[in-house]
Amino acid sequence: MANTIRIRAVASGDTTEVQSLIRHPMDSGFVKDSKGQLIPPHHIEVVQFEHGGKVVFTALWGPAVSKDPYLKFSFQGGKKGDDLKVSWVDNKGESDSFVGKIQ
Amino acid sequence: MLRKVCLAAAIVAVTAQPLLAASGVDPQADFKAFRKYFTERFPKVPLNDFVNGPYSMDEGLRKQWKAIDEFPPYEFAVDQGKQMFETPFKNGKTYADCFPNKGIGVRQLYPMFDEKSGEVVTLDVAINKCREANGEKPYDYSKDDMAALTAYMAYTSRGKPMDIKIPNDPRALAAYKAGEEYFYTRRGQLNFSCASCHVQNPGNHIRSEVLAPALGILNAMPIYRSAWGGMGTTSRRLRSCNSQVRGTPLSAESPEYRNVEYFLSYMANGLPISGPGARP
Amino acid sequence: MMFSPDASGRTRRTILKGAIAGGLAGLTLGSFPFPAFADADAKQWPQDAFKQKSEADALKALYGKPAEASDKVSLDAPEIAENGAVVPITVDSSLPNVTGVAILVLENPFTLAAAYKIPEGTKPAVASRLKMAKTTKVVAVVESGGKLYSATKEVKVTVGGCGG
Repeated sequence: MANTIRIRAVASGDTTEVQSLIRHPMDSGFVKDSKGQLIPPHHIEVVQFEHGGKVVFTALWGPAVSKDPYLKFSFQGGKKGDDLKVSWVDNKGESDSFVGKIQ
Repeated sequence: MLRKVCLAAAIVAVTAQPLLAASGVDPQADFKAFRKYFTERFPKVPLNDFVNGPYSMDEGLRKQWKAIDEFPPYEFAVDQGKQMFETPFKNGKTYADCFPNKGIGVRQLYPMFDEKSGEVVTLDVAINKCREANGEKPYDYSKDDMAALTAYMAYTSRGKPMDIKIPNDPRALAAYKAGEEYFYTRRGQLNFSCASCHVQNPGNHIRSEVLAPALGILNAMPIYRSAWGGMGTTSRRLRSCNSQVRGTPLSAESPEYRNVEYFLSYMANGLPISGPGARP
Repeated sequence: MMFSPDASGRTRRTILKGAIAGGLAGLTLGSFPFPAFADADAKQWPQDAFKQKSEADALKALYGKPAEASDKVSLDAPEIAENGAVVPITVDSSLPNVTGVAILVLENPFTLAAAYKIPEGTKPAVASRLKMAKTTKVVAVVESGGKLYSATKEVKVTVGGCGG
């Protein structure tokens, strides 16, 4: 699988602002395909962000989160060049992770 | 002014621009009238903002767009397109070998009139010609691969002013004229022309959508539409326009679509490329 | 099911220290998948809470208590969604010691849309994009000092985000 995670993390003062975009269909389970069959739910359940050995943010998502989901949050600490790890897992057990650098 | 001089010279010299004068096709005069109409109707919209479509017309939409554009969903397509663009064909050549400036920052030159074939060549058509010339299968004009590749090529052209040339060639003028006629002709069960929505009613709602102004409407192509949940090419958008007025969509990159793209892009000359765009 | 604030984070830090002491510190990090980091774990997902069909039931399942309205919770949502498939929603709060943020879309088939765990040091401000089936009240809930506070706003949806 091509990398599904894009992150943009920028340190400014003592705060790091994180934005992420994950490529995922986030099928709600309520939409029908072109043949009239319901597309079964397929959505990310948990996204975790880690910095310096600590979880700095956890998202718990249901099927109402938009396709190719976006997130923005900020945490204290983090400096340019630090690693920031993102990982997700969905309701089918598929997962991906990515380590990016804070800018 | 310049055109007046040209025309006068043509009449005097008889041969300089006989086709232009005889056919009654005057792209420059159309351009001026078109520009005047939009700038007078929407005096508060900065000229370069028209390329942002419905977001130039509606404050509430604009705010949502700004939020979405902080990390736009088309970024995956731009990445994919870059990879496609840089991957050599089986014969070792690349897209760079087919385009001016190696294909970087050239979106604003299309559609281009091809004097050899006498047809209007859009960026999408140029891409497939390049593929076929190098022994590769063409992409589907309505599908994601073409959208991704054009998204990347548009991305490298952002901010460059649209620069469409209509040579004084009867075939080019005829294509332009046909595009203009297509744009103003009513069709479909709703009996709407392109202009009914995008000239007469930009900023107004049709059902739930805010209509985009025709001026600069193609500068954002290709677009990621929330309604599609994905990227779409210019062809895909034109086909869905036809469906929305309950007309019959033409085949993608049919001469009519190419011609209307030629007409609209010429009208947008000087306005910046903003694609790929995000739209509702 | 309730959240426990970040026991997992601490465990991980312990492992990390162990790994460094164990001599892995010399490795170049870069995009190397650092073995001491555990990935997102689906066990954390509060399945019950995401099945509920009312605000009260969702909050009960998620936090075990109801919320009270507060002007210290801010909810930024469009008045008219450009498309129900993608509605940008931002929650922010001036409350101290925030441990969680949740967003509920009352007219959706399941009420709870998203919940966020906010460890110490992370700001109680989150932006995300949600689907809305039709015109609906959206409720932002913030957990602060063990209590729940909320803000509500109506979003008009003319093109629903569930129909396709």
